[in-house]
Amino acid sequence: MSARNKELLNLGFAALVASAAFASVSIVGTGLVTTRWLGYVGVVFGLYLAAHVVARFTVPYADPTLLPLVGLLTALGLTVIYRLDPEDARRQAVWVALGIGILAATLFWLRFDYRVLERYKYIFGISAVVLLLLPSVPGLGHQVNGVKLWIKVGPMQFQPGELAKIFMIIFLAGYLRDKREALAQGRLKDLGPLLLIWGASMLVLVQTSDLGSALLNFGIFLAMVYAATGRLIYVGAGLGLFLAGSAVLYNSLGRVQQRVTVWLHPWTDERVYCSISGKLDFRQNCDSYQLVKSLYSIANGGYGGTGLGKGTFTTVDGTQLIPYLNTDFIYSAIAQEVGLIGSAAVLLLVMVFVARGMRIALIAQDGFSKLLATGLTFGLALQTFIIVGGVLRVVPLTGITLPFVSYGGSSILSNFVMLALLLLVSNRATATAVTR
Amino acid sequence: MNRQISRVAGLAMGLLIALIVATTYWQTWARPALAERQDNAIQRVAQFEIKRGPILSPSRVLARNKERRVGDRTFYLRRYPQGPLTAHVVGYSTVARARTGLERSLNSILTGSERSLSSLVDRSLDKLNGRPIVGDTVVTTLDMNGQRAALEALGTRCGAVVVLDPRTGRVRVMVSSPSYNPNDVEENFGRIGKIRADCTPASPLLNRASQGLYPPGSTFKVVTASAALDSRTFTTESTFYDPGYCTVYGKRVNNFDTSRPFGTVTLATALQFSVNSVFCNIGLKLGAKAIVKQAKAFGFYERPPLETPESERLPSGLYMDGELYDPRRDRDVDPGRMAFGQERLLVTPLQMAMVAGSIGNDGILMRPFVVEKTVTPNGKTRTRTQPTKIRRAVSPATARDVGDMMVRAVQAGTGGAAQVSGLRVGGKTGTAETGIDGSNTTWFIAFAGADGEKPRYAIAVVLQNQSLTGGATAAPIARQVLQALLTSTAKN
Repeated sequence: MSARNKELLNLGFAALVASAAFASVSIVGTGLVTTRWLGYVGVVFGLYLAAHVVARFTVPYADPTLLPLVGLLTALGLTVIYRLDPEDARRQAVWVALGIGILAATLFWLRFDYRVLERYKYIFGISAVVLLLLPSVPGLGHQVNGVKLWIKVGPMQFQPGELAKIFMIIFLAGYLRDKREALAQGRLKDLGPLLLIWGASMLVLVQTSDLGSALLNFGIFLAMVYAATGRLIYVGAGLGLFLAGSAVLYNSLGRVQQRVTVWLHPWTDERVYCSISGKLDFRQNCDSYQLVKSLYSIANGGYGGTGLGKGTFTTVDGTQLIPYLNTDFIYSAIAQEVGLIGSAAVLLLVMVFVARGMRIALIAQDGFSKLLATGLTFGLALQTFIIVGGVLRVVPLTGITLPFVSYGGSSILSNFVMLALLLLVSNRATATAVTR
Repeated sequence: MNRQISRVAGLAMGLLIALIVATTYWQTWARPALAERQDNAIQRVAQFEIKRGPILSPSRVLARNKERRVGDRTFYLRRYPQGPLTAHVVGYSTVARARTGLERSLNSILTGSERSLSSLVDRSLDKLNGRPIVGDTVVTTLDMNGQRAALEALGTRCGAVVVLDPRTGRVRVMVSSPSYNPNDVEENFGRIGKIRADCTPASPLLNRASQGLYPPGSTFKVVTASAALDSRTFTTESTFYDPGYCTVYGKRVNNFDTSRPFGTVTLATALQFSVNSVFCNIGLKLGAKAIVKQAKAFGFYERPPLETPESERLPSGLYMDGELYDPRRDRDVDPGRMAFGQERLLVTPLQMAMVAGSIGNDGILMRPFVVEKTVTPNGKTRTRTQPTKIRRAVSPATARDVGDMMVRAVQAGTGGAAQVSGLRVGGKTGTAETGIDGSNTTWFIAFAGADGEKPRYAIAVVLQNQSLTGGATAAPIARQVLQALLTSTAKN
């Protein structure tokens, strides 16, 4: 069976699973068995079918599992978002549609050779820094929850950090491919432009206190440097820098200290200073209430979950119990409703995606493609780890999105760009292998 | 480069596997502990999707559900038709402030989640059918006439009334004043904070009947007299000389009224008129440990068994710095003062009702209970409480002798105000001075029943901040409550 036919089969299977999930939410919500879910699944998988058709023409040899996996993840995200707020789900569906549009456009644009990107690596690197700086431009920046991560153009809001991450990966892949020999031999002067661009972006991220993204970019950087040079000393030096930087941040930013305290001791038996009200209160009722509520939500799921649509997220009068439930905390909603079995399944989907992505990196022919696929795939894994690990109290909580699942336009769009790039790399790698 | 990529891939997989492990941890190992936490708002709300079983008295509904639809889901909120009447025993179950009382301690029965196989099957079937889970009904032993009479008699005074059936241990009345309306807890909690009574703080949420610790005053003489007679050192006819005071460690301890010493009196007369010096001398003779031993036989030093939450029941006994204190040597405490109810003794009304009940029940202490039975949603009785004996507290002869003395105290002594026509009442008054004028803690404990029958009521009444004696303040309340109980028995 050809790769694209496999993809079609996988998509059909994903549509089946998504239908069951959405039917469940719909039946619980209305108390009626309707066929409304048919329309929903029709629209979403119609879009994926279109993407599949584009893929048939542009990347015929690409990996057949990536698109269906993304289809399943976005459909699951949409289902949970719909269950929390149907209005948000409608907007999210539009974003998915736009994302698939961007996917198609990218595939079409780079269908002959995506490696032209390598030529513009510095442009990508500088653009990444510029994108990160945009929210700080007066008149353009838009503050949400006290953090300036957004730009506002007319009615559109956009978080440029998400796209900057991909630009940075392209830059790193191009640059490291160029200089990996030199770096592997320890010629540090070649680190100059790298440290300049990358350091600037880290500075901007830290300065805007987008610590989740800073951590993510840092991790991707180290992984790519290691993959390119094979020198653990760079990773060691990087981790040393990381620890030193963390120590400085911990001592200078109250916000960081607070995050770490919440992470280490979310529950207190005595009333402690509460930074929200300025009074004394139990920490679980104050600074750590988000994390604690999210843990209660996860625990309430147990093995099998409450069932999709039957979880508890609001009080009796309809007030939300967990804030940012459809973005940062979407994993606690999923974990409650589908339980250990379901949330482990979601993580397994991500693992399969990562495994396929890494396989693409392994079979790719040239250094740029290898590094690009490694960076993109590792980025996805690390981003999942940072946000889900934060929700699960494995690491301190920093607010970033769960790729393909969380509500949010910028995240969806840039993740589809990532998917397009992986498909392109995969297509070329397999095609060369076939023709050889 | 492939070796490095493989390692990066391994790291990525490792990170994701860590997430699965962490999820497993929270959803299995940590789950029970998290579900127990009082601040677990998710659990608290999720509980309200269960059709909680009602709580009943034999004749009335004490707690029922009120459906509220929010969006696409139905919540079963609690209503308490009897308002303040049964607030402390029944407690409340709310979203905002968790649970107290039977609503808390019997939560698993009321929500049908206790681990019995039959309820587990019912529950799973309901879940599969998409029906709300329905909990079991709890039927209490409370007598609503008695509850109402007790609460009305207490009025604005702070105190409590407990009535037990000494033959079985059934709690017929358990009232604490000031009470509160449990319907206000969810949305009008401020109203409860504004409740005022003749004491500060008014603490309306406190169940004084089992959670309030008060000096027992002369009611403790029942315990001392029991110890004295059971020891066979004394009889009811043992005589004492009362100079109006007693000397302990070279210090004078006065009678309540020093102006009128009794001279030579028998033990029976001493109990009838509550003569401190007599009991003081008995205490000195018996020693502290013997009295504590007798108190333990009545149930002191252990939480009285009852279905309400453990934290709402306190043990009685000697307290030191807020801790229960069990003297190891006789000279650790002053036996003279202890014998008539001073010396750091603190007791709950429930405990004192158990004392009076044991005397009335031929010396046998029955295990108090307030839940008559639990009933499945289909109307089948799931459990029924069987009366059980805790232990023999005193010998039958001692019980009879002490009982006779208590009857005389009501017929012609300090407890005259508790006489009820048609009932044989044996009681003991108590007035514990707190050192501040007009703020005595006053008591009346008694057993009562038809002449020639075993007593069917054991009562304890306590009042805070009184300027008069137990005979003048608490005994009349006991009479009113007993009369109300008589009328409801007559109706049945």
